[in-house]
Amino acid sequence: MFDKILIANRGEIACRVIRTAKRMGIKTVAVYSDADARAKHVQMADEAVRLGPPPAGESYLLADAIIAACKATGAQAVHPGYGFLSERTSFAQALEDAGIAFIGPPVNAIAAMGDKIESKKLAKEAGVNVVPGFLGEIADTDEAVKIAGEIGYPVMMKASAGGGGKGMRLAYSEKDVREGFEATKREGLASFGDDRVFIEKFIESPRHIEIQLIGDKHGNILYLNERECSVQRRHQKVVEEAPSPFVTPAMRKAMGEQAVALARAVGYFSAGTVELIVSGADTTGQGFYFLEMNTRLQVEHPVTEYITGLDLVEQMIRVAYGEKLAFTQDEVQLKGWSIENRVYAEDPYRGFLPSTGRLSRYRPPSGQENVRVDDGVYEGSEISMFYDPMIAKLVTYGETREEAIDRQIAALDNFEIDGIGHNVDFLSALMQHPRFRSGNITTGFIAEEYPEGFKGAPADARLIARLAAVAGMIASVEADRAGLIDGQLAPSSAVATTTAANDWVVTLDGTEHLVSIGVGAVTVDGEVVVVDAPYVPGQRLVEATVDDDPLIIRVERKRTGWRFTTRGASHSLRVLRPAVNDLAHHMIEKVPPDLSRFLLCPMPGLVTAVNVAEGDAVEAGQPLAIVEAMKMENILRAEKSGKVKAVMAKAGESLAVDAVILEFE
Amino acid sequence: MLAILQKLEEKRDQAKLGGGQARIDAQHRKGRLTARERIDVLVDPGSFEELDTYVEHNCIDFGMQDQVIPGDGVVTGSGTINGRLVFVFSQDFTVFGGSLSERHAQKICKIMDMAMKVGAPVIGLNDSGGARIQEGVASLAGYAEVFQRNVMASGVIPQISVIMGPCAGGAVYSPAMTDFIFMVKDSSYMFVTGPDVVKTVTNEVVTQEELGGAVTHTTKSGVADVAFENDIEALLSVREFVDFLPLSNRQDVPERPTGDAWDRNEASLDTLIPDSANKPYDMKELIAKVVDEGDFFEVQPTHAPNIVTCFARIEGRTIGIVANQPMALAGVLDINSSKKAARFVRFCDAFDIPIITFVDVPGFLPGTAQEHNGIIKHGAKLLFAYAEATVPKITVITRKAYGGAYDVMSSKHLRGDLNYAWPTAEIAVMGAKGAVEIIFRKDIGDKDKIAARTAEYEERFANPFVAASKGFIDEVIMPQTTRRRIAQGLRKLRNKQLENPWKKHDNIPL
Repeated sequence: MFDKILIANRGEIACRVIRTAKRMGIKTVAVYSDADARAKHVQMADEAVRLGPPPAGESYLLADAIIAACKATGAQAVHPGYGFLSERTSFAQALEDAGIAFIGPPVNAIAAMGDKIESKKLAKEAGVNVVPGFLGEIADTDEAVKIAGEIGYPVMMKASAGGGGKGMRLAYSEKDVREGFEATKREGLASFGDDRVFIEKFIESPRHIEIQLIGDKHGNILYLNERECSVQRRHQKVVEEAPSPFVTPAMRKAMGEQAVALARAVGYFSAGTVELIVSGADTTGQGFYFLEMNTRLQVEHPVTEYITGLDLVEQMIRVAYGEKLAFTQDEVQLKGWSIENRVYAEDPYRGFLPSTGRLSRYRPPSGQENVRVDDGVYEGSEISMFYDPMIAKLVTYGETREEAIDRQIAALDNFEIDGIGHNVDFLSALMQHPRFRSGNITTGFIAEEYPEGFKGAPADARLIARLAAVAGMIASVEADRAGLIDGQLAPSSAVATTTAANDWVVTLDGTEHLVSIGVGAVTVDGEVVVVDAPYVPGQRLVEATVDDDPLIIRVERKRTGWRFTTRGASHSLRVLRPAVNDLAHHMIEKVPPDLSRFLLCPMPGLVTAVNVAEGDAVEAGQPLAIVEAMKMENILRAEKSGKVKAVMAKAGESLAVDAVILEFE
Repeated sequence: MLAILQKLEEKRDQAKLGGGQARIDAQHRKGRLTARERIDVLVDPGSFEELDTYVEHNCIDFGMQDQVIPGDGVVTGSGTINGRLVFVFSQDFTVFGGSLSERHAQKICKIMDMAMKVGAPVIGLNDSGGARIQEGVASLAGYAEVFQRNVMASGVIPQISVIMGPCAGGAVYSPAMTDFIFMVKDSSYMFVTGPDVVKTVTNEVVTQEELGGAVTHTTKSGVADVAFENDIEALLSVREFVDFLPLSNRQDVPERPTGDAWDRNEASLDTLIPDSANKPYDMKELIAKVVDEGDFFEVQPTHAPNIVTCFARIEGRTIGIVANQPMALAGVLDINSSKKAARFVRFCDAFDIPIITFVDVPGFLPGTAQEHNGIIKHGAKLLFAYAEATVPKITVITRKAYGGAYDVMSSKHLRGDLNYAWPTAEIAVMGAKGAVEIIFRKDIGDKDKIAARTAEYEERFANPFVAASKGFIDEVIMPQTTRRRIAQGLRKLRNKQLENPWKKHDNIPL
């Protein structure tokens, strides 16, 4: 076996590879950019080599520097993770030339599959069903418009070298193609160094299902069952699971065998994934089409690991070393159900805008059975604007799909993140959503279910009553402790412990509830709630048991109130003694200032264009400015028609979140 | 006997009603509570003992003899906040607009005298139209009696003013001489002369809110310390605030049990200082992670935000924290931040509250605006305050400690008891670039040479070791151990004894 390998990646995947390598007794070398000098993967590895400045083009994409690092450290093989250099033939070739093993597929397979146009041709030849589209190179916008018209709308424009949701744009009309084609090219160039774009028909109400493959250098290729990744937002996967609730054993076999056939056609080995688009309406088991093959480890591989009991990274390393697969197709397991949620640094309450900054608090769930957290950060890490906004992958396992989902809900309640915006509430809402739980999902799920954006998961009356009960208990604990301060006038603080002080009016999201904390019994609006909520002042995570159900709440003290976060939503609470609460009714509700007259910068980023000038009349939906963040161009559109009064920002300016870009009359 | 009791009952009921139901309703419509309701929110339920309920004014001019309301526009007495004694006066706007008469002032003076004698804080809830004009000079005399007591009580007992309505003219000077002023947004204002007079004299048109509202005074002028949304929030916050304060300068800081471990490690502090020296970070994260339960009460959060002043607890005992805030103006010392911190340091010193100082200061703010407005004298206030303070002083330099500002920020030379530095600390006369441009002025045209010299200077001074080698830094500590170090330090310093030479009083550069 290899003595030492280098991981040419960062973040969670680098950490994940290092973990397996360590378990196998292999020494590890990390590489890093200046932005990652203190990153978790650097600390976990036995050695670390600096590559360069933060932009990927000057660090993680420098093949030469990585090969030099291998030579300097004596690493015999490179695991590329996903993204960055993982699907660059030039890199795999350069490694081969330098006599360093590539823990991945053969160069020719990467070449064949890495080019989306080439791979479709190959798939077609191998007899795999493909989606209609134009496979040639497209010169300019006019040609793109013509081709799109021939295929028929809607169409998808994709950067040829793209992946992971970057460099993809959906067009429902000629206008969309005209607006988006150049941007797609630019994104392709910026992210992957390749500005070729292709266009294909977009299948509506589709499901995204993929087959995991593993092959060795001795001609064995096996399929490790499917994953479903239909829950996506703007083509970025959010929730993945294995198996798929849609796939029957017969369909699984058909899909698996086709995928194997394709892999065999290119002499594939190592781990790979054949992505298929599946029509959810087609119940024949034949409605799946080849989308692309990813010649690398996928982000969502842990769900496959849970249901098959395999360690895919270990398999990849063994294959790269030349070992034969130690199992056959018949021995591939499919046991239980696994779900993965991607925790992103994106704020669902602000239109999923990327958020960057310091993780001032980061406490993932730990020590729980059948819960796995793959992350590359720790408390105090920086989520930088240079890389992917994924913070962690939360993976759960259960005997059934429902069990795996419920484990997610509990684990998400346990997930503490502060300092940046994140999507934990949104993920919990997805896990509770009846349609998700029914398994009736498509790639349009999020767009269809959250057309107005996300406002927090709905909380039913029972949950509200339980939260009020916990709030009352916490208030009593705080009041009792407050009475323990020294310098008491009376021998003991008799006032604070009278029964009257144990009645509280909890105002939760604007509605009042009378909570009485008695000895061993709590009532909320007269109804008994059995609560056990151990709490010590200052505690941030309350693990309560209410009416025999566990309820985990993240609590945050605010002046004269609290913020409770649980079950996919945050609630503001005010807890007052009844007498004080009566007086609070005299207070005048203050209306926050009207910000709708302003276009605010929704995220920290760089203004690349301001499309309007002072005095311009604008229509609703008209692009006003473009802000680039996280390598994505975000077009800010007018929410309603109006006239521009003043423009405060100009192109080339770096803005903070909520900075005013322009003002309307 | 029965008749007397009946009369007492009647009198009480009359006093409770203040200026009558109509005026009470008017007060409520403005989102304000009455004087008695405010006290009910402020002190522990059932703890308030009212004094001088039946005091009446002695004015016989302008028909005042026919308008007599028991209590005379102010409710005074004592109660407890979480069991600890406080004295309270609460002006009643429903009675003669809360105006201050001779007797009204006497009532305030009575509880102040008592508070001084027994050693307990005085909390004033101000809601007054000003002097009782009908009484003329008697009212002015009343103000002055209160002023004199404010001064005598200063540094003896904590004095807190909560401005919950108008406070204009001479009336502003009593709160001005108390230790802390809290205001209620949109319903309180303080000014020496109101908008009408301003218009007549200077032709300026300005609203009450702009001239002296809660936001103005807590951001621009710095006259007030914290602005609250409404009466309830203000009063409940005062309860929390009082929990931090000793009852008087004769008593130790309060101690309250906590479940927070004194030696809690905070690994994430090791990455608080960014890689780049020019990148800001939030000093409040350090404060939150060091103090008990992440709980601290900030004084003047919106005025001069380049320095943070707050009360917090370590092992349940109160501390005062002064910290440069790199998030605002790079944490520079300027006129406002110097004044803000100096006053805070002096309060802590007066009441034996240990001072923890977190230093990341690039120096004093340059410019004519600063120099012409007297940064020399104002900066000296902070220096003076630190130098004269005899309470336990622990200092942690997190990053920059440049120039004179290094000396000022509770340095070893100003009798700092324990001066720690993080490994990221840079203690130098100035930043490397500036220093090299002065020392190697002749090389200024030669970019390579300057770069080399800058690197050399950084190598020599951009670390805590030079200062440590001279004994100016007691120990270089890992950021994650900061809480443990401070807790241990405070234990050791609990019996610190240090006295300044006898003097009538010092002559701080005012």
